[in-house]
Amino acid sequence: MKKTLTTLALGAAMAAGPAMADLVFPDLSYRTGPYAAGGIPFSDGYNDYFTLLNERDGGIGGVKAKVVECETGYNTEKGVECYESTKGQGALIYQPLSTGITYQLIPKVTADNIPLHTMGYGRTSAANGQVFSHVFNYPANYWNGASGVINYLLEENGGDLNGKKIALVYHNSAYGKEPIRTLEELSKKHGFELVALPVDHPGQEQKSQWLQIRRDRPDYVVMWGWGVMNQVAIQEAANIRFPMENFIGVWWSGAEHDVLPAGDKADGYKAVTFHNVGRDFPVFDDIQKYVVDAGKAAGAGDQVGNVLYNRGMYAAMLAAEAAKTAQEIHGTKDITPAMMRDGMEALVIDEAKMEALGMPNFGPTFSVSCENHGGPGLVGVTQWDAESKTWSLISDFKPSDTEVIGKLVEEDSAAYAAENNIEPNCK
Amino acid sequence: MFYREAGDFKVSYADDSQTFPIKFDRYRYYVVLAVAFGIIPFLINDYWANAILLPFLIYSIAAIGLNILVGYCGQVSLGTGGFMAVGAYACYKLMTAFPEVSMFIHVLLAGGITALVCVLFGLPSLRIKGFYLAVATLAAQFFLVWLFNRVPWFYNYSASGQINAPERDTFGILITGPNAPAWATYLFCLIFLAFCALVARNLTRGTLGRTWMAIRDMDIAAEIIGVNPLKAKMTAFAVSGFFIGISGALFFAVYLGAVEVGEAFGINKSFLVLFMVILGGLGSIFGSFAGAAFLVLLPVVLKVVGVDILGWPTDIVAHFQLVIVGALIIVFLIAEPHGMAQLWRVAKEKLRLWPFPH
Repeated sequence: MKKTLTTLALGAAMAAGPAMADLVFPDLSYRTGPYAAGGIPFSDGYNDYFTLLNERDGGIGGVKAKVVECETGYNTEKGVECYESTKGQGALIYQPLSTGITYQLIPKVTADNIPLHTMGYGRTSAANGQVFSHVFNYPANYWNGASGVINYLLEENGGDLNGKKIALVYHNSAYGKEPIRTLEELSKKHGFELVALPVDHPGQEQKSQWLQIRRDRPDYVVMWGWGVMNQVAIQEAANIRFPMENFIGVWWSGAEHDVLPAGDKADGYKAVTFHNVGRDFPVFDDIQKYVVDAGKAAGAGDQVGNVLYNRGMYAAMLAAEAAKTAQEIHGTKDITPAMMRDGMEALVIDEAKMEALGMPNFGPTFSVSCENHGGPGLVGVTQWDAESKTWSLISDFKPSDTEVIGKLVEEDSAAYAAENNIEPNCK
Repeated sequence: MFYREAGDFKVSYADDSQTFPIKFDRYRYYVVLAVAFGIIPFLINDYWANAILLPFLIYSIAAIGLNILVGYCGQVSLGTGGFMAVGAYACYKLMTAFPEVSMFIHVLLAGGITALVCVLFGLPSLRIKGFYLAVATLAAQFFLVWLFNRVPWFYNYSASGQINAPERDTFGILITGPNAPAWATYLFCLIFLAFCALVARNLTRGTLGRTWMAIRDMDIAAEIIGVNPLKAKMTAFAVSGFFIGISGALFFAVYLGAVEVGEAFGINKSFLVLFMVILGGLGSIFGSFAGAAFLVLLPVVLKVVGVDILGWPTDIVAHFQLVIVGALIIVFLIAEPHGMAQLWRVAKEKLRLWPFPH
């Protein structure tokens, strides 16, 4: 029984080996399950950008990019299976879009010498490249996000949050727990009271949490949610008539599909972001022309310009630019994962580059170094307009509290280094 | 053809009561052991270890554990995920507290701790039965997950609430962590599986197993003929907990390396292991293997066939998998309630009589 099935799987796996010599970008996506609403647009954006590069420019530096999609369902076991099955195909970079899977992969990619890019998620202290040699989380991480939220609230309150009460509604997982430490530090610094309310996976049941919010009457509610949890939370907030403009989500809780179910009641809901929103960029004309109109769009092709589509596209853009940088550094078109890592560490994103890519002012300008894998950590704020059904940027990209975050990154990465006998250094 | 039993005489009691009394079965068993221990470790790579063989071995241990409780002793349990979590967290605490001790000892101790917890949650089984016991074990499942989420001591106060397996070895060979070689992790799990299967098989053939089955078949009658229900039920919970704890420890330390309790050991895990036992066959050690192999391999095979060969979109294949597993469970419940083990038993009887069925 066992043997016959395994031989079958072995034969099939061998028959399915891909043609080499393409630049392989695995896409650990999730188009099924309670988190699919976020996974689909991100994956579509990621795929479409590489399709655009192949169609318009003939690939990256003349070598075609190949996206290998693998369904994880936001499940760590399937994520491991996906990682193992794609790493042998010459995978250059992993972007799992899941903090749980990221934690699995951090030691594995380091041992296998493949870079991991966790843009705006994953383990925050990976910003310290001296300890996490193969993990990158530029241009911003969770702690930047948490500090960005507090900075924005400080601004709104004339620089004083003393005596205010802020509730954190979070996904009860590694992802949702990540900002708590920073928020606790910030609450000490600025004198506000923090109430943490966990919501268990998948997050459809939040009555008790919102009942507590109704009773405690916090001044602001901050949300660290993902998937179906977001729309339920916004609906519940509307039900208890919590003022939407005092409700701020992290960047994973601020997309169209999160606010649309609540209809007009979601008007005024805010979310932080690390890249621009909307489709008012020249690159979207190219995507329309070369990808969508040519019938080559990933998925249903109806996500272009959504917040998470843009993020997926941005992630793909950063990967492609890192691959170009790697090609320049090593003088070869056919780069290996190790070269890709060097490319990521030497990545420079400036205005001219963004302009040339058709994405002027889409994201921050930054350069990555071995000491800093985390980028500048600039955080903007967007707000939902239910009438026109659009997100718009209401606060420009501003720096976060690096003093608090830097110390926490140092502390957490030192703990990781001690646990795993890593000698922090820059080779 | 296969089962040539002519001339295979049993001349002693020991011969007659051995685990595989039929010669062909016995030789096949030796061949499987020889292949598993002697050949696969030399051929194995990371993909085979991490995507197929490790989950198969570990789920087999869990399925054997649950089968003892549900299949042999008749005590329905929905707390498997929670008990695996106990094994995982016990192993984590031991690994971080005593780094110099061999992994073998940690895993065994983790199994022992889980056995104690399992007995504790099994105590209500003396009073309640059937569905009500299922609900009580369900409470254990949610309580344990909540506990490991709530009390930071269990995850050593890490910021994310995750537990990460540090690098640990046994006899100088790395077993956990990313640098552990595939063959070592495979052999480590295989040794535990072989040990558990052997123990389970022999327990179920002896006095203890017979008391379990007596309780399962009719507890009042069992009491009347002198079976002590306290002892029978508590031993079933303890042995089952021991195996499930081992599987949870291996699942965390060797297979995944980093675990988040709600996601890895949620109610889904309890159902998955229960499905393995039901599909494989209640009250059968072979059934535990078959069920685990089936539910571990099915998604991989479907993915390879659907995505890599036929080129279908990944989400369609993922949805198909749900449909197929659901349909199969219904088909098995209707057509063959005793699971794959019964199919195998029937096939074997046919083969033994072949080519003269009458």
